[in-house]
Amino acid sequence: MIATVARRPINGPLPLLLLVLALAWISLVIGAPLATVLVQAFSKGVGPFFDAFKDPDALAAVRLTLIVAAITVPLNAVFGLAAAWSIAKFNFKGKALLLAIIDLPLSMSPVVSGLVWVLLFGASGWFAPWLEASGVKIVFALPGIVLGTVLVTLPLIARELIPLMSAQGADEELAAATLGAGGWTTFFKITLPNVRWALLHGVLLCNARAMGEFGAVSVLSGHIRGLTETLPLHVEAVYNEYDFVGAFACASLLAGLAVVTLVAKTILERADQMAAKQGSAA
Amino acid sequence: MADAALPNGATPFTPRPDYWRQWRESSALPGFRLAFGFTLFYVGLIILLPLAALVARPWEHGVSGFFDAITGSRTLAALRLSFFAAAFAALANVVLGVAVAWVLSRYEFPGRSVLDALVDLPFALPTAVAGVALATLYGPNGWIGAPLLSIGVKVAYTPLGVFVALLAVGLPYVVRSVQPVLEDMEAALEEAAQTLGASTWQVATRIVLPALAPALLSGFAMAFARGAGEYGSVIFIAGNMPGVSEIAPLVIVSKLEQYDYSGAAAVGVAMLLISLLALVAINIVQVAYSRRGER
Repeated sequence: MIATVARRPINGPLPLLLLVLALAWISLVIGAPLATVLVQAFSKGVGPFFDAFKDPDALAAVRLTLIVAAITVPLNAVFGLAAAWSIAKFNFKGKALLLAIIDLPLSMSPVVSGLVWVLLFGASGWFAPWLEASGVKIVFALPGIVLGTVLVTLPLIARELIPLMSAQGADEELAAATLGAGGWTTFFKITLPNVRWALLHGVLLCNARAMGEFGAVSVLSGHIRGLTETLPLHVEAVYNEYDFVGAFACASLLAGLAVVTLVAKTILERADQMAAKQGSAA
Repeated sequence: MADAALPNGATPFTPRPDYWRQWRESSALPGFRLAFGFTLFYVGLIILLPLAALVARPWEHGVSGFFDAITGSRTLAALRLSFFAAAFAALANVVLGVAVAWVLSRYEFPGRSVLDALVDLPFALPTAVAGVALATLYGPNGWIGAPLLSIGVKVAYTPLGVFVALLAVGLPYVVRSVQPVLEDMEAALEEAAQTLGASTWQVATRIVLPALAPALLSGFAMAFARGAGEYGSVIFIAGNMPGVSEIAPLVIVSKLEQYDYSGAAAVGVAMLLISLLALVAINIVQVAYSRRGER
């Protein structure tokens, strides 16, 4: 193995200057906003903080957010596995194009990701006559919120799985197939255990983005209090009414979700590194 | 014989039964049809069909209708703000992101792993939460906003606020694309340069930076693309004054509120086109750069 540059302790004025610069930068754009959320949420004490969650609209928003994530994440996980299976284990023409299309939502504004569904299912959308006849409501209702969230978070799990499964190749699966294992057996006994950390990593990121999605959901929700407002939309509504404690209390719940996601992600990465070390030692 | 009937000795056409299978290599593994079929169905339903609806929509009043929708002074100003603020923020993040990635990958100090984890926070933090926090922090009464205001720098509710919000959004993209390259860099290269008498500055500019350039470019591209379309972190701090601090996604939202669907779609298509063109341009530079390195 090629020796890489080792980490050194801080010695001398230049490293110290760089450290201070990095610290200041991360504090200004990441640390201070996070601290602001907590300080503002508790600025009137603990009581008002908890009062914010007695609001039935806030509870409805939490519920809706959980429902949206519970639908979005499994859908995108199944998609990620299917896409990674076909892209990483087989060779076919047009693979680069398919990869580019999967990445497309990453360079789309969330607002555009919401807009496209309005153009399909909204009042004068492509499917408007059909929707009107059948009485199905998509835009300004749960299905629209889910569709917008699914579009925004579509690449997240697939992008974790495709590079890893491509690097692992198909040798183990081919060996299993030669020994007579069926497709599903091979998938559940060989492929899935091999990618479990990456899958979990992707699921965590996808879940965080799904629960926190704002732009797309904002276009698609219709902002009906207690009915179609997710937690991030509830934060906006309460903030715009100058109820800062209420807004930041709900925001702190979402910030807590982000921090938990990061901690879980760090633990996963450690576990992954340990597994890799044990694998190479064996 | 049938062959003799063909002029100029041409051989008769024989259909190849495997023609349609040739687009993919055969494999002993099962499940391609199911997995690939589902992938195409999902991508078609969630990405391609909605995009088709977007691209088809702005032409209700012809090509001129499309251009009228995107060249209105309010829309133009918003597009300019979104893309320029995203470009400048990504550029600032390239400079400071390298410093952050360098510190995280080269030095050992207490709290390093916490700092490292904190860099990822904008990936996981809901944009609306970042938005209200930044607006409060950099607002006229905020911890940072108040001191800045006293020296005459107004951040919140100005285009500068948009820039500050996009700094937070883009930082992890640059750091996370540069950091692995810095961590995997061969110690021998830098040591050899130092042994040969190169100064720290020379090692940084002649050895480290050229090796980082491709990662910096892709970090810039991702931060730029994400920043140009960013909505949640920006609208609270921007003040949203039409023509001054209003971003392009907000123009789409307000057009939708006025039921101007084709106008909203026109701005959406314009944003998508500008982003994709910028990404293609950055990709071309990257390919050209790596070719130059090979020679």
